[in-house]
Amino acid sequence: MPAILSIRDLRKSYANAFEALKGVNLDIEEGEILALLGPNGAGKTTLISTVCGIITPTSGTVTVGGHDIIEDFRAARSLIGLVPQEINLEPFETVWNTVRFSRGLFGKSRNDALLEDILRKLSLWDKRNNKIMELSGGMKRRVLIAKALSHEPRVLFLDEPTAGVDVELRKDMWNIVAELKASGVTIILTTHYIEEAESIADRVGVIADGQLLLVEQKDQLMTRMGKKQLEVQLTTPVAVLPDALAHHDLQLVNGGDALIYTYDTRGERTGITALLNDVAQAGLVLADVQTRQSSLEDIFVDLVSGDAS
Amino acid sequence: MNWTAVASIYRFEMARFFRTLTQSFLSPVMSTSLYFVVFGAAIGSRIDQVEGIDYGAFIVPGLIMLSVMTQAISNASFGIYFPKFIGTIYELLSAPINFLEIVLGYVGAAATKALFIGVVILATASLFVDLTIAHPFAMVLFLLLTCLSFALLGFIIGIWAGNFEQLQLVPLMIVTPLVFLGGSFYSISMLPPIWQKITLFNPVVYLISGFRWAFFDTADVPVGLSLLAIGGFTTLCLAVIWWIFKTGWRIRS
Ligand SMILES: Nc1ncnc2c1ncn2[C@@H]1O[C@H](COP(=O)(O)OP(=O)(O)OP(=O)(O)O)[C@@H](O)[C@H]1O
Ligand SMILES: [Mg+2]
Repeated sequence: MPAILSIRDLRKSYANAFEALKGVNLDIEEGEILALLGPNGAGKTTLISTVCGIITPTSGTVTVGGHDIIEDFRAARSLIGLVPQEINLEPFETVWNTVRFSRGLFGKSRNDALLEDILRKLSLWDKRNNKIMELSGGMKRRVLIAKALSHEPRVLFLDEPTAGVDVELRKDMWNIVAELKASGVTIILTTHYIEEAESIADRVGVIADGQLLLVEQKDQLMTRMGKKQLEVQLTTPVAVLPDALAHHDLQLVNGGDALIYTYDTRGERTGITALLNDVAQAGLVLADVQTRQSSLEDIFVDLVSGDAS
Repeated sequence: MNWTAVASIYRFEMARFFRTLTQSFLSPVMSTSLYFVVFGAAIGSRIDQVEGIDYGAFIVPGLIMLSVMTQAISNASFGIYFPKFIGTIYELLSAPINFLEIVLGYVGAAATKALFIGVVILATASLFVDLTIAHPFAMVLFLLLTCLSFALLGFIIGIWAGNFEQLQLVPLMIVTPLVFLGGSFYSISMLPPIWQKITLFNPVVYLISGFRWAFFDTADVPVGLSLLAIGGFTTLCLAVIWWIFKTGWRIRS
Protein backbone atom coordinates (compact mmCIF):
# COMPACT_ATOMS: atom_id res chain seq x y z
CA MET A 1 0.00 0.00 0.00
CA PRO A 2 1.24 3.53 -0.73
CA ALA A 3 2.12 5.83 2.15
CA ILE A 4 -0.69 8.27 2.89
CA LEU A 5 1.61 10.37 5.02
CA SER A 6 5.23 10.78 4.15
CA ILE A 7 7.67 12.85 6.20
CA ARG A 8 11.19 13.48 4.91
CA ASP A 9 14.00 14.96 6.97
CA LEU A 10 11.67 17.28 8.79
CA ARG A 11 13.31 19.91 10.96
CA LYS A 12 11.84 22.63 13.08
CA SER A 13 13.71 25.34 14.95
CA TYR A 14 11.55 27.68 16.97
CA ALA A 15 12.10 31.44 17.00
CA ASN A 16 14.32 31.07 20.07
CA ALA A 17 16.62 28.82 17.96
CA PHE A 18 15.55 25.71 19.89
CA GLU A 19 15.50 22.73 17.54
CA ALA A 20 12.40 20.74 18.41
CA LEU A 21 12.57 18.38 15.41
CA LYS A 22 15.94 17.13 14.26
CA GLY A 23 15.31 15.45 10.95
CA VAL A 24 12.31 13.18 11.23
CA ASN A 25 11.57 10.56 8.59
CA LEU A 26 8.33 8.64 8.72
CA ASP A 27 5.97 6.86 6.34
CA ILE A 28 2.49 5.92 7.38
CA GLU A 29 0.37 3.56 5.40
CA GLU A 30 -3.23 4.18 4.65
CA GLY A 31 -5.52 2.71 7.26
CA GLU A 32 -2.96 2.01 9.93
CA ILE A 33 -2.90 3.24 13.50
CA LEU A 34 0.38 4.64 14.70
CA ALA A 35 0.99 5.47 18.34
CA LEU A 36 3.69 8.01 19.09
CA LEU A 37 5.25 7.60 22.49
CA GLY A 38 7.74 9.92 24.05
CA PRO A 39 8.51 11.92 27.16
CA ASN A 40 7.27 15.48 27.74
CA GLY A 41 8.91 17.90 25.36
CA ALA A 42 9.96 15.17 22.94
CA GLY A 43 8.45 16.97 19.97
CA LYS A 44 5.22 15.02 19.45
CA THR A 45 2.98 18.08 19.32
CA THR A 46 5.49 19.94 17.19
CA LEU A 47 5.53 17.09 14.69
CA ILE A 48 1.74 16.91 14.49
CA SER A 49 1.31 20.69 14.33
CA THR A 50 3.76 20.91 11.47
CA VAL A 51 1.96 18.30 9.43
CA CYS A 52 -1.35 20.05 10.09
CA GLY A 53 -0.10 23.48 9.00
CA ILE A 54 -0.08 25.20 12.38
CA ILE A 55 3.71 25.41 12.46
CA THR A 56 5.93 26.25 9.51
CA PRO A 57 8.72 23.68 9.08
CA THR A 58 12.27 24.96 8.93
CA SER A 59 13.20 22.37 6.32
CA GLY A 60 12.12 19.02 4.96
CA THR A 61 9.00 17.91 3.14
CA VAL A 62 5.69 16.40 4.14
CA THR A 63 3.09 14.98 1.81
CA VAL A 64 -0.40 13.85 2.72
CA GLY A 65 -2.16 11.68 0.16
CA GLY A 66 0.61 12.67 -2.23
CA HIS A 67 -0.03 16.40 -1.76
CA ASP A 68 2.72 18.63 -0.44
CA ILE A 69 1.53 20.38 2.73
CA ILE A 70 2.84 23.73 1.57
CA GLU A 71 2.61 23.80 -2.20
CA ASP A 72 -0.70 21.99 -2.28
CA PHE A 73 -1.98 22.84 1.18
CA ARG A 74 -5.65 22.82 0.25
CA ALA A 75 -5.65 19.24 -0.99
CA ALA A 76 -3.40 18.09 1.84
CA ARG A 77 -5.32 19.75 4.66
CA SER A 78 -8.72 18.65 3.35
CA LEU A 79 -7.66 15.11 4.24
CA ILE A 80 -6.60 15.90 7.79
CA GLY A 81 -8.50 16.10 11.05
CA LEU A 82 -6.80 17.26 14.23
CA VAL A 83 -7.72 16.83 17.88
CA PRO A 84 -5.28 19.14 19.64
CA GLN A 85 -3.70 18.46 23.00
CA GLU A 86 -4.97 21.70 24.52
CA ILE A 87 -8.68 22.28 24.90
CA ASN A 88 -9.20 25.29 22.67
CA LEU A 89 -12.87 26.12 22.23
CA GLU A 90 -15.04 29.19 21.94
CA PRO A 91 -16.73 29.31 25.38
CA PHE A 92 -19.88 31.23 24.42
CA GLU A 93 -20.84 29.15 21.40
CA THR A 94 -23.09 26.11 21.47
CA VAL A 95 -21.78 22.64 20.79
CA TRP A 96 -23.85 22.38 17.63
CA ASN A 97 -22.66 25.66 16.12
CA THR A 98 -19.05 24.91 16.96
CA VAL A 99 -19.13 21.54 15.24
CA ARG A 100 -21.04 22.90 12.28
CA PHE A 101 -18.49 25.68 11.93
CA SER A 102 -15.66 23.15 11.65
CA ARG A 103 -17.38 21.30 8.86
CA GLY A 104 -17.97 24.51 6.94
CA LEU A 105 -14.42 25.66 7.45
CA PHE A 106 -13.22 22.59 5.60
CA GLY A 107 -15.50 23.45 2.72
CA LYS A 108 -17.88 20.56 3.25
CA SER A 109 -21.56 21.12 2.54
CA ARG A 110 -24.02 21.00 5.39
CA ASN A 111 -24.88 17.52 6.64
CA ASP A 112 -26.90 17.58 9.84
CA ALA A 113 -27.49 13.84 9.85
CA LEU A 114 -23.78 13.15 9.94
CA LEU A 115 -23.19 15.66 12.72
CA GLU A 116 -26.03 14.15 14.71
CA ASP A 117 -24.49 10.73 14.31
CA ILE A 118 -21.09 11.97 15.50
CA LEU A 119 -22.56 13.78 18.49
CA ARG A 120 -24.60 10.74 19.48
CA LYS A 121 -21.58 8.47 19.35
CA LEU A 122 -19.69 10.86 21.58
CA SER A 123 -22.66 11.15 23.98
CA LEU A 124 -22.93 14.84 23.21
CA TRP A 125 -26.30 14.89 21.52
CA ASP A 126 -28.12 15.94 24.69
CA LYS A 127 -25.67 18.78 25.11
CA ARG A 128 -25.87 20.08 21.56
CA ASN A 129 -27.60 23.33 22.54
CA ASN A 130 -25.42 23.94 25.56
CA LYS A 131 -22.69 26.52 25.51
CA ILE A 132 -19.19 25.09 25.61
CA MET A 133 -18.49 26.78 28.93
CA GLU A 134 -21.30 24.77 30.49
CA LEU A 135 -19.53 21.49 29.72
CA SER A 136 -17.13 19.48 31.84
CA GLY A 137 -13.51 19.02 30.82
CA GLY A 138 -14.08 15.53 29.42
CA MET A 139 -17.09 16.73 27.44
CA LYS A 140 -15.02 19.54 25.97
CA ARG A 141 -12.50 17.00 24.78
CA ARG A 142 -15.33 15.13 23.09
CA VAL A 143 -16.34 18.35 21.36
CA LEU A 144 -12.80 18.63 20.01
CA ILE A 145 -13.10 15.11 18.66
CA ALA A 146 -16.51 15.86 17.15
CA LYS A 147 -15.07 18.92 15.44
CA ALA A 148 -12.26 16.91 13.92
CA LEU A 149 -14.62 14.18 12.72
CA SER A 150 -17.19 16.64 11.38
CA HIS A 151 -15.33 17.12 8.11
CA GLU A 152 -14.73 13.43 7.50
CA PRO A 153 -10.92 13.32 7.54
CA ARG A 154 -8.94 10.49 5.94
CA VAL A 155 -6.05 11.05 8.31
CA LEU A 156 -6.81 11.77 11.93
CA PHE A 157 -4.33 13.13 14.48
CA LEU A 158 -5.17 12.63 18.13
CA ASP A 159 -2.77 14.51 20.38
CA GLU A 160 -3.10 12.87 23.80
CA PRO A 161 -6.81 12.21 23.42
CA THR A 162 -7.07 10.40 26.72
CA ALA A 163 -5.39 12.95 28.98
CA GLY A 164 -7.86 13.76 31.74
CA VAL A 165 -10.53 11.45 30.42
CA ASP A 166 -12.53 8.91 32.41
CA VAL A 167 -12.63 5.19 31.75
CA GLU A 168 -16.02 5.43 30.08
CA LEU A 169 -14.91 7.98 27.50
CA ARG A 170 -11.69 6.13 26.95
CA LYS A 171 -13.72 3.11 25.96
CA ASP A 172 -16.02 5.20 23.76
CA MET A 173 -13.00 6.71 22.16
CA TRP A 174 -11.36 3.41 21.33
CA ASN A 175 -14.64 2.18 19.89
CA ILE A 176 -14.74 5.19 17.63
CA VAL A 177 -11.11 4.71 16.67
CA ALA A 178 -11.79 1.07 15.81
CA GLU A 179 -14.76 2.10 13.72
CA LEU A 180 -12.77 4.77 11.91
CA LYS A 181 -10.02 2.29 11.22
CA ALA A 182 -12.57 -0.11 9.79
CA SER A 183 -13.67 2.61 7.39
CA GLY A 184 -10.07 3.08 6.28
CA VAL A 185 -9.13 6.19 8.24
CA THR A 186 -5.46 6.50 9.13
CA ILE A 187 -4.87 7.44 12.74
CA ILE A 188 -1.84 8.91 14.44
CA LEU A 189 -2.12 9.35 18.17
CA THR A 190 0.21 10.39 20.91
CA THR A 191 0.00 9.02 24.40
CA HIS A 192 1.96 8.53 27.56
CA TYR A 193 0.21 5.26 28.33
CA ILE A 194 2.06 2.24 27.06
CA GLU A 195 -0.94 -0.03 27.51
CA GLU A 196 -2.94 2.30 25.33
CA ALA A 197 -0.46 2.06 22.51
CA GLU A 198 -0.38 -1.68 23.05
CA SER A 199 -4.10 -2.21 22.87
CA ILE A 200 -4.85 -0.10 19.84
CA ALA A 201 -1.88 0.60 17.60
CA ASP A 202 -0.54 -1.34 14.64
CA ARG A 203 2.79 0.35 14.91
CA VAL A 204 4.52 2.23 17.67
CA GLY A 205 6.93 5.10 17.21
CA VAL A 206 9.21 6.36 19.94
CA ILE A 207 10.27 9.96 19.81
CA ALA A 208 12.68 11.70 22.15
CA ASP A 209 14.55 14.95 21.95
CA GLY A 210 13.24 15.76 18.49
CA GLN A 211 14.27 12.46 16.97
CA LEU A 212 12.27 9.46 15.97
CA LEU A 213 14.23 6.71 17.63
CA LEU A 214 12.26 3.75 16.48
CA VAL A 215 9.16 2.81 14.57
CA GLU A 216 8.21 -0.79 14.87
CA GLN A 217 5.32 -3.13 14.45
CA LYS A 218 3.72 -3.38 17.82
CA ASP A 219 4.19 -7.15 17.91
CA GLN A 220 7.92 -6.88 17.41
CA LEU A 221 8.17 -4.24 20.05
CA MET A 222 6.16 -6.34 22.44
CA THR A 223 8.46 -9.29 21.79
CA ARG A 224 11.37 -7.11 22.69
CA MET A 225 9.57 -5.91 25.73
CA GLY A 226 8.34 -9.41 26.53
CA LYS A 227 11.93 -10.48 27.16
CA LYS A 228 12.80 -11.00 30.77
CA GLN A 229 16.09 -11.54 32.47
CA LEU A 230 16.88 -13.70 35.43
CA GLU A 231 19.97 -12.83 37.39
CA VAL A 232 21.48 -15.52 39.55
CA GLN A 233 24.07 -14.39 42.06
CA LEU A 234 26.62 -16.90 43.23
CA THR A 235 28.22 -17.20 46.63
CA THR A 236 31.60 -18.01 45.03
CA PRO A 237 32.53 -16.59 41.66
CA VAL A 238 33.38 -18.95 38.80
CA ALA A 239 35.96 -18.25 36.12
CA VAL A 240 34.20 -20.06 33.26
CA LEU A 241 30.73 -21.33 32.65
CA PRO A 242 30.53 -25.02 33.68
CA ASP A 243 29.95 -27.36 30.72
CA ALA A 244 26.72 -28.61 32.25
CA LEU A 245 25.24 -25.16 31.71
CA ALA A 246 26.58 -24.56 28.21
CA HIS A 247 23.31 -25.36 26.46
CA HIS A 248 21.45 -22.60 28.35
CA ASP A 249 21.44 -19.06 26.99
CA LEU A 250 23.64 -17.68 29.73
CA GLN A 251 26.02 -14.82 30.29
CA LEU A 252 28.62 -14.63 32.97
CA VAL A 253 28.86 -11.14 34.42
CA ASN A 254 30.50 -9.18 37.24
CA GLY A 255 33.73 -11.18 37.01
CA GLY A 256 31.94 -14.48 37.41
CA ASP A 257 29.83 -13.26 40.29
CA ALA A 258 26.51 -13.70 38.56
CA LEU A 259 24.72 -15.45 35.69
CA ILE A 260 22.18 -13.76 33.49
CA TYR A 261 19.53 -15.78 31.77
CA THR A 262 17.30 -14.24 29.11
CA TYR A 263 13.92 -15.77 28.37
CA ASP A 264 10.58 -14.99 26.81
CA THR A 265 7.68 -14.65 29.22
CA ARG A 266 5.24 -15.48 26.49
CA GLY A 267 6.93 -18.77 25.57
CA GLU A 268 5.27 -21.99 26.68
CA ARG A 269 8.23 -22.83 28.86
CA THR A 270 10.56 -20.34 30.34
CA GLY A 271 13.22 -22.96 31.03
CA ILE A 272 13.79 -21.62 34.51
CA THR A 273 13.23 -24.89 36.34
CA ALA A 274 15.66 -26.76 34.11
CA LEU A 275 18.23 -24.01 34.47
CA LEU A 276 18.05 -23.90 38.25
CA ASN A 277 18.29 -27.69 38.41
CA ASP A 278 21.38 -27.63 36.21
CA VAL A 279 22.90 -24.84 38.28
CA ALA A 280 22.48 -26.94 41.44
CA GLN A 281 23.85 -30.04 39.64
CA ALA A 282 26.93 -28.11 38.60
CA GLY A 283 27.57 -27.52 42.28
CA LEU A 284 27.04 -23.76 42.23
CA VAL A 285 25.50 -22.17 45.31
CA LEU A 286 22.94 -19.41 44.88
CA ALA A 287 23.26 -16.22 46.90
CA ASP A 288 20.29 -14.44 45.40
CA VAL A 289 17.92 -14.50 42.45
CA GLN A 290 16.12 -11.63 40.77
CA THR A 291 14.23 -10.95 37.56
CA ARG A 292 13.92 -7.84 35.40
CA GLN A 293 11.77 -6.90 32.49
CA SER A 294 12.87 -4.31 29.98
CA SER A 295 10.21 -1.63 30.06
CA LEU A 296 9.53 0.95 27.42
CA GLU A 297 11.49 3.33 29.60
CA ASP A 298 14.49 1.01 29.34
CA ILE A 299 14.07 0.98 25.61
CA PHE A 300 13.95 4.80 25.68
CA VAL A 301 17.12 4.95 27.69
CA ASP A 302 18.83 2.34 25.54
CA LEU A 303 17.89 4.16 22.39
CA VAL A 304 18.80 7.60 23.63
CA SER A 305 22.13 6.58 25.14
CA GLY A 306 22.91 4.38 22.14
CA ASP A 307 22.25 7.39 19.98
CA ALA A 308 24.53 9.64 21.97
CA SER A 309 27.53 7.34 21.72
CA MET B 1 -12.11 29.82 -3.52
CA ASN B 2 -13.56 27.96 -0.56
CA TRP B 3 -16.79 29.94 -0.32
CA THR B 4 -18.32 27.52 2.16
CA ALA B 5 -15.52 28.37 4.57
CA VAL B 6 -15.96 32.10 4.04
CA ALA B 7 -19.67 31.77 4.74
CA SER B 8 -18.98 29.66 7.84
CA ILE B 9 -16.64 32.22 9.34
CA TYR B 10 -19.01 35.03 8.45
CA ARG B 11 -22.00 33.27 10.00
CA PHE B 12 -20.07 32.31 13.12
CA GLU B 13 -18.93 35.89 13.63
CA MET B 14 -22.35 37.35 12.97
CA ALA B 15 -23.86 34.99 15.54
CA ARG B 16 -21.89 36.80 18.23
CA PHE B 17 -23.39 40.05 16.98
CA PHE B 18 -26.96 38.74 16.95
CA ARG B 19 -26.59 37.43 20.48
CA THR B 20 -26.15 41.02 21.61
CA LEU B 21 -28.41 42.64 19.05
CA THR B 22 -30.39 44.83 21.46
CA GLN B 23 -27.17 46.14 22.89
CA SER B 24 -25.67 46.62 19.43
CA PHE B 25 -28.77 48.56 18.46
CA LEU B 26 -29.38 50.61 21.57
CA SER B 27 -25.91 51.98 22.19
CA PRO B 28 -25.56 53.86 18.87
CA VAL B 29 -29.12 55.19 19.22
CA MET B 30 -28.31 56.41 22.71
CA SER B 31 -24.98 58.00 21.86
CA THR B 32 -26.30 59.66 18.69
CA SER B 33 -29.19 61.16 20.60
CA LEU B 34 -26.74 62.45 23.20
CA TYR B 35 -24.58 64.05 20.52
CA PHE B 36 -27.59 65.87 19.16
CA VAL B 37 -28.61 67.08 22.57
CA VAL B 38 -25.12 68.35 23.34
CA PHE B 39 -23.75 69.48 19.97
CA GLY B 40 -26.92 70.14 18.07
CA ALA B 41 -28.87 71.92 20.76
CA ALA B 42 -26.22 73.47 23.00
CA ILE B 43 -23.48 74.36 20.50
CA GLY B 44 -25.67 74.43 17.42
CA SER B 45 -27.76 77.21 18.88
CA ARG B 46 -24.62 79.37 18.86
CA ILE B 47 -22.96 78.22 15.63
CA ASP B 48 -26.15 78.02 13.63
CA GLN B 49 -24.72 77.30 10.18
CA VAL B 50 -21.49 75.97 8.66
CA GLU B 51 -20.97 76.58 4.95
CA GLY B 52 -24.65 77.22 4.56
CA ILE B 53 -25.66 73.98 6.26
CA ASP B 54 -27.51 73.71 9.54
CA TYR B 55 -24.95 72.71 12.19
CA GLY B 56 -27.13 69.85 13.36
CA ALA B 57 -27.15 68.38 9.88
CA PHE B 58 -23.50 69.30 9.25
CA ILE B 59 -22.22 66.99 11.97
CA VAL B 60 -24.21 63.92 10.83
CA PRO B 61 -21.61 62.59 8.33
CA GLY B 62 -18.81 63.04 10.86
CA LEU B 63 -20.87 61.40 13.55
CA ILE B 64 -21.56 58.39 11.36
CA MET B 65 -17.91 58.16 10.34
CA LEU B 66 -16.72 58.34 13.93
CA SER B 67 -18.87 55.39 14.98
CA VAL B 68 -18.36 53.37 11.83
CA MET B 69 -14.59 53.65 12.00
CA THR B 70 -14.29 52.78 15.68
CA GLN B 71 -16.85 49.97 15.37
CA ALA B 72 -15.19 48.48 12.30
CA ILE B 73 -11.82 48.51 14.02
CA SER B 74 -12.96 47.13 17.34
CA ASN B 75 -15.15 44.41 15.79
CA ALA B 76 -12.48 43.20 13.40
CA SER B 77 -9.62 43.39 15.88
CA PHE B 78 -11.57 41.56 18.55
CA GLY B 79 -12.85 39.04 15.99
CA ILE B 80 -9.36 37.79 15.14
CA TYR B 81 -7.69 38.49 18.48
CA PHE B 82 -10.16 36.34 20.39
CA PRO B 83 -9.35 33.06 18.54
CA LYS B 84 -5.69 33.86 19.03
CA PHE B 85 -6.26 34.47 22.73
CA ILE B 86 -8.32 31.34 23.43
CA GLY B 87 -6.36 29.17 21.01
CA THR B 88 -9.11 28.31 18.54
CA ILE B 89 -6.96 29.84 15.80
CA TYR B 90 -5.41 26.38 15.39
CA GLU B 91 -8.45 25.44 13.40
CA LEU B 92 -8.12 28.36 11.00
CA LEU B 93 -4.46 27.55 10.46
CA SER B 94 -5.10 23.87 9.80
CA ALA B 95 -8.13 24.33 7.54
CA PRO B 96 -7.86 24.22 3.75
CA ILE B 97 -8.33 27.97 3.40
CA ASN B 98 -6.08 30.79 2.31
CA PHE B 99 -5.59 34.25 3.82
CA LEU B 100 -8.10 35.89 1.53
CA GLU B 101 -10.86 33.59 2.71
CA ILE B 102 -10.04 34.17 6.35
CA VAL B 103 -9.99 37.92 5.78
CA LEU B 104 -13.22 37.89 3.80
CA GLY B 105 -14.99 36.04 6.59
CA TYR B 106 -13.74 38.10 9.53
CA VAL B 107 -13.50 41.48 7.86
CA GLY B 108 -16.78 40.96 6.03
CA ALA B 109 -18.56 40.31 9.32
CA ALA B 110 -16.90 43.24 11.08
CA ALA B 111 -17.74 45.56 8.17
CA THR B 112 -21.35 44.38 8.19
CA LYS B 113 -21.69 45.18 11.87
CA ALA B 114 -20.16 48.63 11.37
CA LEU B 115 -22.48 49.24 8.43
CA PHE B 116 -25.45 48.29 10.56
CA ILE B 117 -24.38 50.80 13.22
CA GLY B 118 -23.89 53.48 10.56
CA VAL B 119 -27.38 52.95 9.22
CA VAL B 120 -28.87 53.04 12.71
CA ILE B 121 -27.14 56.34 13.40
CA LEU B 122 -28.30 57.77 10.09
CA ALA B 123 -31.86 56.75 10.89
CA THR B 124 -31.65 58.18 14.42
CA ALA B 125 -30.15 61.42 13.14
CA SER B 126 -32.91 61.89 10.60
CA LEU B 127 -35.33 62.00 13.54
CA PHE B 128 -33.54 65.09 14.86
CA VAL B 129 -32.65 67.00 11.71
CA ASP B 130 -33.81 67.42 8.14
CA LEU B 131 -31.48 65.43 5.91
CA THR B 132 -31.39 65.39 2.16
CA ILE B 133 -28.64 63.32 0.59
CA ALA B 134 -27.22 64.96 -2.55
CA HIS B 135 -25.42 61.89 -3.91
CA PRO B 136 -26.98 58.76 -2.38
CA PHE B 137 -24.92 56.36 -4.47
CA ALA B 138 -21.64 58.02 -3.48
CA MET B 139 -22.83 58.10 0.13
CA VAL B 140 -23.34 54.33 0.16
CA LEU B 141 -20.02 53.78 -1.59
CA PHE B 142 -18.10 55.88 0.92
CA LEU B 143 -19.85 54.19 3.80
CA LEU B 144 -19.06 50.71 2.46
CA LEU B 145 -15.45 51.53 1.71
CA THR B 146 -14.95 53.03 5.15
CA CYS B 147 -16.46 49.97 6.85
CA LEU B 148 -14.25 47.71 4.79
CA SER B 149 -10.96 49.56 5.07
CA PHE B 150 -11.21 50.18 8.80
CA ALA B 151 -12.22 46.58 9.38
CA LEU B 152 -9.06 45.61 7.51
CA LEU B 153 -7.07 47.93 9.77
CA GLY B 154 -8.78 46.39 12.78
CA PHE B 155 -7.86 42.91 11.54
CA ILE B 156 -4.19 43.92 11.42
CA ILE B 157 -4.42 45.40 14.92
CA GLY B 158 -6.02 42.19 16.20
CA ILE B 159 -3.17 40.10 14.83
CA TRP B 160 -0.54 42.51 16.11
CA ALA B 161 -1.98 42.84 19.61
CA GLY B 162 -0.34 40.76 22.30
CA ASN B 163 -2.86 41.59 25.01
CA PHE B 164 -6.18 43.31 25.58
CA GLU B 165 -4.55 46.66 26.43
CA GLN B 166 -2.86 46.81 23.06
CA LEU B 167 -6.15 45.91 21.46
CA GLN B 168 -7.68 49.06 22.95
CA LEU B 169 -4.62 51.21 22.49
CA VAL B 170 -4.60 51.89 18.75
CA PRO B 171 -8.26 52.84 18.45
CA LEU B 172 -8.01 55.00 21.55
CA MET B 173 -4.66 56.68 21.00
CA ILE B 174 -4.61 57.02 17.23
CA VAL B 175 -7.96 56.60 15.56
CA THR B 176 -10.19 58.61 17.90
CA PRO B 177 -7.91 61.70 17.83
CA LEU B 178 -7.57 61.47 14.06
CA VAL B 179 -11.32 61.32 13.68
CA PHE B 180 -11.97 64.19 16.07
CA LEU B 181 -9.27 66.31 14.43
CA GLY B 182 -10.37 65.21 10.98
CA GLY B 183 -13.21 67.67 10.66
CA SER B 184 -15.98 65.51 12.05
CA PHE B 185 -17.56 68.41 13.84
CA TYR B 186 -16.18 71.41 11.97
CA SER B 187 -15.13 72.46 8.50
CA ILE B 188 -11.41 72.70 7.84
CA SER B 189 -11.96 76.20 6.51
CA MET B 190 -12.79 77.22 10.07
CA LEU B 191 -9.20 76.47 11.18
CA PRO B 192 -6.26 78.93 11.21
CA PRO B 193 -4.30 78.70 7.89
CA ILE B 194 -1.35 76.80 9.33
CA TRP B 195 -3.63 74.11 10.78
CA GLN B 196 -5.46 73.85 7.50
CA LYS B 197 -2.14 72.67 6.01
CA ILE B 198 -1.20 70.33 8.84
CA THR B 199 -4.58 68.72 8.93
CA LEU B 200 -4.18 67.53 5.35
CA PHE B 201 -1.75 64.90 6.64
CA ASN B 202 -4.63 63.34 8.51
CA PRO B 203 -6.05 60.59 6.27
CA VAL B 204 -9.41 60.76 8.00
CA VAL B 205 -9.93 64.28 6.66
CA TYR B 206 -10.31 62.87 3.16
CA LEU B 207 -12.88 60.32 4.20
CA ILE B 208 -15.05 62.71 6.15
CA SER B 209 -14.77 65.35 3.46
CA GLY B 210 -15.83 62.90 0.76
CA PHE B 211 -18.63 61.52 2.87
CA ARG B 212 -19.89 65.01 3.64
CA TRP B 213 -19.75 65.86 -0.04
CA ALA B 214 -22.07 62.93 -0.70
CA PHE B 215 -24.57 64.49 1.71
CA PHE B 216 -24.31 68.24 1.04
CA ASP B 217 -22.33 68.62 -2.17
CA THR B 218 -19.64 70.67 -0.42
CA ALA B 219 -16.18 69.33 0.38
CA ASP B 220 -12.94 70.39 2.08
CA VAL B 221 -10.83 68.48 -0.44
CA PRO B 222 -11.71 67.35 -4.00
CA VAL B 223 -13.89 64.25 -3.89
CA GLY B 224 -11.63 62.42 -6.34
CA LEU B 225 -8.81 62.80 -3.86
CA SER B 226 -11.04 61.37 -1.15
CA LEU B 227 -11.78 58.30 -3.21
CA LEU B 228 -8.12 57.90 -4.04
CA ALA B 229 -7.20 58.16 -0.37
CA ILE B 230 -9.63 55.51 0.76
CA GLY B 231 -8.75 53.26 -2.17
CA GLY B 232 -5.07 53.59 -1.36
CA PHE B 233 -5.68 52.91 2.32
CA THR B 234 -7.67 49.75 1.54
CA THR B 235 -4.92 48.49 -0.76
CA LEU B 236 -2.26 49.19 1.83
CA CYS B 237 -4.16 47.25 4.50
CA LEU B 238 -4.69 44.32 2.12
CA ALA B 239 -0.99 44.28 1.29
CA VAL B 240 -0.04 44.22 4.97
CA ILE B 241 -2.44 41.35 5.62
CA TRP B 242 -1.09 39.42 2.65
CA TRP B 243 2.40 39.84 4.09
CA ILE B 244 1.22 38.74 7.55
CA PHE B 245 -0.12 35.46 6.24
CA LYS B 246 2.83 34.91 3.95
CA THR B 247 5.31 35.21 6.77
CA GLY B 248 3.05 33.91 9.53
CA TRP B 249 3.89 37.01 11.58
CA ARG B 250 2.36 36.67 15.06
CA ILE B 251 0.10 33.79 14.06
CA ARG B 252 2.22 30.85 12.96
CA SER B 253 5.44 29.89 14.72
N1 LIG C 1 6.45 27.97 20.50
C1 LIG C 1 7.56 27.42 20.98
N2 LIG C 1 8.69 28.12 21.09
C2 LIG C 1 9.83 27.57 21.55
N3 LIG C 1 9.94 26.29 21.94
C3 LIG C 1 8.85 25.53 21.86
C4 LIG C 1 7.60 26.04 21.39
N4 LIG C 1 6.70 25.04 21.41
C5 LIG C 1 7.35 23.97 21.90
N5 LIG C 1 8.64 24.25 22.18
C6 LIG C 1 9.64 23.32 22.68
O1 LIG C 1 9.77 22.26 21.77
C7 LIG C 1 9.95 21.02 22.46
C8 LIG C 1 8.92 20.02 21.99
O2 LIG C 1 7.64 20.44 22.42
P1 LIG C 1 6.34 19.62 22.08
O3 LIG C 1 5.18 20.40 22.53
O4 LIG C 1 6.38 19.23 20.66
O5 LIG C 1 6.54 18.33 23.01
P2 LIG C 1 5.58 17.08 23.24
O6 LIG C 1 6.32 15.87 22.83
O7 LIG C 1 4.27 17.31 22.61
O8 LIG C 1 5.45 17.08 24.83
P3 LIG C 1 4.19 16.72 25.77
O9 LIG C 1 4.21 15.26 25.99
O10 LIG C 1 4.51 17.46 27.02
O11 LIG C 1 2.97 17.22 25.11
C9 LIG C 1 9.87 21.36 23.94
O12 LIG C 1 11.18 21.42 24.43
C10 LIG C 1 9.24 22.70 24.00
O13 LIG C 1 9.72 23.44 25.07
MG1 LIG D 1 2.40 17.56 23.25
